[in-house]
Amino acid sequence: METLISKFKKVAPKAALLMAVAAGAALQGCNKSGGESDKAVDSDAASAVYVAPGEHDELYSFLSGGFNGQVSVYGIPSGRLLKIIPVFSQFPENGYGYNEETKPMLQTSHGFVPWDDLHHPKLSRTDGMADGRWLFVNGNNTPRVARVDLKTFETVEIMEIPNSAGNHCSPYPTNNNEYVIAGTRFSVPLDMKGGTADVSMEEYKDKFRGSISFIKVDKEDGDMELDFQVLVPGFDYDLANGGKGPSNDWVFFTTYNTEKSGTLKELGASQNDRDYLAAINWKVAAKYAAEGKAHEMPANYYHNKLDHGSFQAKSEVKKTVRYLLPEECPGMMYLIPAPKSPHGIDVDPSGEYMVVNGKLASSLPVFSFSKMQKAIENKDFDGEVNGIPVFKYESVLQGEVKEPGLGPLHTEFDGKGNAYSTMFVSSEVVKWSLKDLQVKDRIPVYYSPGHLMIPGGDTEKPYGKYLVVMNKITKDRFLPTGPELMHSAQLIDISGEKMKMLLDFPTVAEPHYAQAIQADLVAPNSVKFHKLDENTHPNAVKNEKDVSVTRNGKTVTVKMTAIRSHLTPDNIEGIQVGDTVLFHVTNLEQDWDVPHGFAVMGANNAETLIMPGATQTLRWVPKQEGVYPFYCTDFCSALHQEMQGYVRVSPKGSNVPIKFRMGEKKPVPPATASVN
Amino acid sequence: MKALSRVLMIIAALSLGLLFLFPMWKIYLEAPQYPEGLEMHIWVNKISGSSESVLQNFNILNHYIGMEPIHAESFAELKIMPYIVVFFMITGVVVALLGIRKLIVYWAALLMLGGAVGILDFYLWLVKFGTNLDPTAPIKIPGMTYIPPLLGHKELLNFDALSLPSTGSIGILLAIVFAGIAFYVSREKKIREKITA
Repeated sequence: METLISKFKKVAPKAALLMAVAAGAALQGCNKSGGESDKAVDSDAASAVYVAPGEHDELYSFLSGGFNGQVSVYGIPSGRLLKIIPVFSQFPENGYGYNEETKPMLQTSHGFVPWDDLHHPKLSRTDGMADGRWLFVNGNNTPRVARVDLKTFETVEIMEIPNSAGNHCSPYPTNNNEYVIAGTRFSVPLDMKGGTADVSMEEYKDKFRGSISFIKVDKEDGDMELDFQVLVPGFDYDLANGGKGPSNDWVFFTTYNTEKSGTLKELGASQNDRDYLAAINWKVAAKYAAEGKAHEMPANYYHNKLDHGSFQAKSEVKKTVRYLLPEECPGMMYLIPAPKSPHGIDVDPSGEYMVVNGKLASSLPVFSFSKMQKAIENKDFDGEVNGIPVFKYESVLQGEVKEPGLGPLHTEFDGKGNAYSTMFVSSEVVKWSLKDLQVKDRIPVYYSPGHLMIPGGDTEKPYGKYLVVMNKITKDRFLPTGPELMHSAQLIDISGEKMKMLLDFPTVAEPHYAQAIQADLVAPNSVKFHKLDENTHPNAVKNEKDVSVTRNGKTVTVKMTAIRSHLTPDNIEGIQVGDTVLFHVTNLEQDWDVPHGFAVMGANNAETLIMPGATQTLRWVPKQEGVYPFYCTDFCSALHQEMQGYVRVSPKGSNVPIKFRMGEKKPVPPATASVN
Repeated sequence: MKALSRVLMIIAALSLGLLFLFPMWKIYLEAPQYPEGLEMHIWVNKISGSSESVLQNFNILNHYIGMEPIHAESFAELKIMPYIVVFFMITGVVVALLGIRKLIVYWAALLMLGGAVGILDFYLWLVKFGTNLDPTAPIKIPGMTYIPPLLGHKELLNFDALSLPSTGSIGILLAIVFAGIAFYVSREKKIREKITA
């Protein structure tokens, strides 16, 4: 048995050699004006990433923002930031999570959680290929799965996951979005009522369990529904990835802490030489669930959906969840021994090879799906854990990539028989062949890389032209901006034999993973503006004639319109200190690129940004009497600065009546007449 | 009048039906910040655009210079014109049925006159909108008027305005051409009749 120390002894000379090489390169670099970095950069890099003004990028890429709870959309190859999509976090830029319509999106059983740790974006699929309809993402911290609609690039659904803690190996969509599968990173003592029990940490080994959730996705509208869960042994479940082709029905999870250590996991979870790769046949699981093998337990989780027509999100609280126990479901789940504390699990485009990235291992094991099938047939097992059969390592192993580098984390594929793995410790991307498991090329990256992404690299047909490698630890790649640095990603050309560095670009928060798709599959469906006629918001006003200000007890409802270049009404009186004022603002524009903003002085939440044809609501509680200006925050026209108005706030109990106006009585303002 | 001539005359009358199927005239506005452009379509009975909200967008832009908003309801012409077209279609068929050759010329001449009046009316319409500006408009440029071109293009501030007859107008052209052929064909017949006689 190899100890950690002996392993370090093995690895240390390699690390030293690499450091020496790096130091040498740095010293040589000092002699040249250009510095060391341009050596790795392809001489033709500028033209390879140049996208002329007015032209579009080949690909959209969706980078997770990690701890900012957002997804950022970049154009590839230019590396231009196209959009930030708030998912689990409030976003003052457009009022998401602040305005009344979207606040319910961030409701959970723990209350309003306006933040999360978003790790993995995954594109929806048709026949195993990204179809450009939706993007699924996970909230790791307060377990949630969200769906972003790629027609509007808006978060339209967020579902909380019960019995989960640290929703990390998530969300994996099967090849026709039958299920989005989400596994827990932390095992927890389940109270079997949808929450966790009050249990002593001493009882970790006996009381803690993990769960893997199977979320059904509606074929037409993408709506999610938690179908059932599989309660799994109390390990930590790290990453998930699914099969394709022959392995279409399977999904794999890497595990660590099979030691079930509850404290100082750094050591405690690194004792076993081998942890497991968990393999679940989701079709068999679904069959068991449908056949009534599932048990039911009480639960308490939120399911939030945004309605396209009314722009309003609604929360529903679900009260039960079904679950399967692997010990009662033979043939559903198996365990493959994998090198100590593996991280990424990646299945090659043919669906035959499962690559396990053992972050502490010195070799990269490649498992064979056909050997796994044979081992199931021959019952080639080496015992079992909680009734789940464990394969013999050798019976499912295809081979190992020897000395690939230090600290392999993730692997993706180019569709030409090559795999690319990131090496966290040795800071490089290593290209190796699936055929002979030999290393073919390596390229240094200037930070410790985590995930890497080849567009379509997790599908049957990767778009093997580019590779994006993302950092895990920030490095000073750009002009210094104080102690806090932007994270970054590098774009590498993988179209030839040798990898070529093309571009560095900063990313918003830590990019854990990314997905990319050809622009043609998304761009033509993009919504340019909402049709005013189809706006079903209950407080929408589609004509300036219909605006109103009404009082109901202490609540004042303002139904307001915005169009270039005025808000109607622009004078409001009769509001009193302590009233709750709800500004329902409808943007009457029917033209691309003319959102209007709305903000009131002293508002305690944010402004709101209203897209053409949409309605948004801002809640405001004035605390002092006086006159408060409100205005449009998004520059909309030559007369944007004039797009403003006033609210008069009188003392509590004042007899100033509710009154509003827009313009003097005489000529009808031209744009008023034009609205209809 | 020969049967062929009558058929041609009926085709001429029916060609005017294109006016109900397609716009007569299109005005395009283009500017760097409007890469998709704005397209206004003028029909015999309505005003529309390349998308349903084009009129609103035209009017929003126009309100800065104080141009009166454009609405189909503001044009009596759009109510009258369909009847005129129907009138020409019916009389065209009547001419074909009566088979009196001379009537073809009168019909075509009247149609051309109608077309000319229509174009003149359209021009006056453009002048009215381009010059009748609200004195309280936010943007005022001394000496500037905003008459769009009748035919061809013209720079209006940062917009390039292009005005062209559209598919519907081809109906009028076809009506005149077919009436002309009908007239010509029937003449040929007469000559041949003379020879055979």
